[in-house]
Amino acid sequence: MTDGGHTPQELMVAAAAREIRDGELVFVGMRLPILAYGVARNTHAPAARALFELGLMRDQPSAAFLGTMGDPPNVAGALWATRMSNVMALMAQGEVDLGFIGGAEVDRFGNLNTSYIGDPARPRTKLPGSGGGADIAILSRRWVTLMSHEPRRLVERVSYVTSPGHGDGPGWRARNGLLGGGPAAIVTTLAVLRFPEGGGEAELATVHPGHTVDEVRAQTGWDLRVAPDVAETPPPTAGVLAQIRRLDPDGFWTRRG
Amino acid sequence: MAEAVGRFVPDGATVAMGTALEPAIPFAAGHELIRQHRRDLTLVGPISDSLFDQLIGAGCVARICAAWVGNVSEGLGHCYRRATERGEPRAIEVHDHSNFTISLALWAAAWASPYVPTRTLLGSDIVATNPDLELVDGVVRVRPVRPDVTILHAQRADAEGRAHLWGPLGISEEAGLAARRVIVCCEELVDPEVILSDPNRVFLPETKVAAVVHEPGGAHPSPLQGHWRRDHAAYRDYAERSRTTDGFQAWLEERVLGVPDRAAYLAGVDTGALRIRASRPSAPVDYGDD
Repeated sequence: MTDGGHTPQELMVAAAAREIRDGELVFVGMRLPILAYGVARNTHAPAARALFELGLMRDQPSAAFLGTMGDPPNVAGALWATRMSNVMALMAQGEVDLGFIGGAEVDRFGNLNTSYIGDPARPRTKLPGSGGGADIAILSRRWVTLMSHEPRRLVERVSYVTSPGHGDGPGWRARNGLLGGGPAAIVTTLAVLRFPEGGGEAELATVHPGHTVDEVRAQTGWDLRVAPDVAETPPPTAGVLAQIRRLDPDGFWTRRG
Repeated sequence: MAEAVGRFVPDGATVAMGTALEPAIPFAAGHELIRQHRRDLTLVGPISDSLFDQLIGAGCVARICAAWVGNVSEGLGHCYRRATERGEPRAIEVHDHSNFTISLALWAAAWASPYVPTRTLLGSDIVATNPDLELVDGVVRVRPVRPDVTILHAQRADAEGRAHLWGPLGISEEAGLAARRVIVCCEELVDPEVILSDPNRVFLPETKVAAVVHEPGGAHPSPLQGHWRRDHAAYRDYAERSRTTDGFQAWLEERVLGVPDRAAYLAGVDTGALRIRASRPSAPVDYGDD
């Protein structure tokens, strides 16, 4: 627990939930975004629907804790149980408003590496791979990534682009035929970074309570731009914390206790 | 199981497993492949929740053709890392996909098409490092991936090979249609009239199915709708023990090589705590025709 009475992961869930707008179709990944969808649905976004890549659509969070999107409580009460290619079809048509992707390494333009650290032929570290991440990055209308804020993770240039963000800057996505709008934000353990409309470089938008702009910049592997109106990330309200703790009662994902 | 795997999965085979993603993973079949010391397999799947990691660690695998290999609730696959980073216990080749492109590669094989064009993976380095993908005129061509055998775990099947699988299907249909043959493992073996009462729920033609194996609990520790919860603790235990080569070998000896079959394996599992008890039946549909 931090002094504010919540863990960094709970703050990240609350921040990610705020990225979801009411009525949106959300491509939910694993871990914290599952909680973020549940929080948003039960607070400010009652008409948000969730899509899960294994082949599910829901309009309410699971009634019980989920270790994975494929746990039986996530299937019970689903709006649609289907094959993966049908879910991908919706995203390819531009019908997914927002996607979440877990990241291992990200650069200033929001390009993600979840494949290889070092030479792919003989990597220093083999990461698990894309999963649906690259598909979300390319096809969803906008996306958000969540990760631990460390200089080795927020790097000047990723060595391998698994999931493209804004490439090398504004206009790159359009030039290369990518359909979706690209990354909108990076939610980290220290801060929220945002990308300008139309692409470009990430900017420090809000700093989590208990941290400073200088600390965030020091923990970032490039010379991070700071928004002129940089603010503090709002901490989760008591109501949001209650929602998170109902969805993750033992702190499996949010590391309580 | 021993007979089905022995007859239909030779050394060097291309095998699709775990095609529903996190649920219904045919762990029992994978463990039998390890016990039979199968070698040089190409494993095909979308994400693999620990099963591919186990087969890699046991030295069964020459190539991975998948979107993600690890442990979904715990993170990295330690055997996958040792094989790709250090060639231990042997070097493996990796054909990276995204979830969408591995599905399309299997649909391409199912449709006997030379490739399927898509706009996913534009701008991703995956296109450059996977020889089965090619960028032509601003479109990614996904070449077919054809499994020699696809192994599935279904809730119920009859002896003729007709299976009902419900819940999310992932890439199970295209993996089954694309395969030369299919092995169906099932939780319940039922009479044909049960299956044929609902032909819409039969997700593959019986002509593809080479073997039916009645293997209750064969998907543990993965979940199976209507039958089993996911055993999160088992995935955590595997993640911790497989962190070192010695730890993995001890796990392998205890949970795979040291047990003769699935029934003996399940004796070491708290099945009472994992079995789903609350029933949630769907309403029957009426196929009336006159």
